[in-house]
Amino acid sequence: MNSLKNIVRDGLWTNNVGLVQVLGICPLLAVTGTFVNGLGLGLATLITLVASNVTVSMIRKLVRPEVRIPVFVLVIASIVTIIELSMSAWFYELYKVLGIFIPLIVTNCSIIGRAEAFASKNTVGRSFVDGFSMGLGFLLVLVTLGSLREIIGHGTLFSHAHLMFGDAARSMTIHFVSGYHGFLLAVLPPGAFIGLGLLIAMKNVIDKRKEARSEVVQVPGDPAVQAAH
Amino acid sequence: MTYRPVFISAIFLLVFAVIGTGLVAFTFDSTAERIAENQRRALLKNLNELLPSSRYDNDIFSDILMVHNSELLGTNEPVPVYRARKNGWPIAAVLAPVAPDGYNGNIRLLVAINLDGTLAGVRVIKHRETPGLGDGIEASRSDWILGFNGKSLSNPSKEGWGVKRDGGRFDQFTGATITPRAVVKAVHKALLYFKRNKQHLFERAPKIPTTP
Repeated sequence: MNSLKNIVRDGLWTNNVGLVQVLGICPLLAVTGTFVNGLGLGLATLITLVASNVTVSMIRKLVRPEVRIPVFVLVIASIVTIIELSMSAWFYELYKVLGIFIPLIVTNCSIIGRAEAFASKNTVGRSFVDGFSMGLGFLLVLVTLGSLREIIGHGTLFSHAHLMFGDAARSMTIHFVSGYHGFLLAVLPPGAFIGLGLLIAMKNVIDKRKEARSEVVQVPGDPAVQAAH
Repeated sequence: MTYRPVFISAIFLLVFAVIGTGLVAFTFDSTAERIAENQRRALLKNLNELLPSSRYDNDIFSDILMVHNSELLGTNEPVPVYRARKNGWPIAAVLAPVAPDGYNGNIRLLVAINLDGTLAGVRVIKHRETPGLGDGIEASRSDWILGFNGKSLSNPSKEGWGVKRDGGRFDQFTGATITPRAVVKAVHKALLYFKRNKQHLFERAPKIPTTP
């Protein structure tokens, strides 16, 4: 059995939804034009993942294997619809921006994937941690990609923050270069693909480095150290 | 062979369907009012930018006429006309036509036309044009859309109602001609619609004084 620490590490890094499983990239690529859009969809997905994992885990002993998939779909669809309605009620402007990608969370394979692979076999507490870590991992990818595309594409960061945090956040926008004309490629879909590709590549490079370093550390472990003594 | 397990599964699924639907229905019920209010407020914000609320005194939201004209209003669906009146007299009408030939599908507009046929203003309420190129039609991104203010069917003349590349009087954007062209065309058609249906548009007034 995995320890909680491993579950968290899995969600955030080793088995990251966006960078390793590469699931749910349709909304990931489509909405990450700005930091705020990424954060909005990331939070919605995170809440869905936690809620669906907890619910599925709670009913895992009741549900019979032959009807488990329809039940999971039902649970997820209900949760997402509730989130969509709530967003439309309390974050109407943001809801208008994220548009069809909120209902599409239902089709994000990572959610039913976690329900089937993890929550249906684990306790409520562990499923909560798993949903939260997986969701947070996905959110971090969305936010990173959103920030990169916004900085390169528009030369700003945190623009339209008032959609989420109210009018007080209008002044949060950071302009990096005044009179920046924008870099269209970063804003358009190809920019999203390139950006995600670079993020995945960067993760792989970091993993490789880490691996190499741990090997280096092991080498002086036996003969060299003993020879020195 | 026994049907018992299948039956239990079916009941279980049914119970879950009922619970799930119940929760969604409850949420829908408790948010419906707030969502309608949000939509109303968003629309009112747009309308007030075009027509300052000091110019009319009627409830512009209930004084609505649904009109249908696929040729001049760009859609097969009926679209609303909001009518602004003061002391019962017509002031302006706000049409909601669609420019069907944007670069990325429909562009939904609000076109406010004064009684004398001049434009009080135009706003884009929904579009999917290319960010950075076509989205200059949004009032928050450029002043382009304000160029319609005060224009009418005779100013400029029929030939002038196009983007400059087509010999018209309206600017296009660098790298984006299709979007402004579609908007100019739709606004022109809305003006034509207004001219042809002016009488009808202000009909069914709740109260029109017989003497001024």
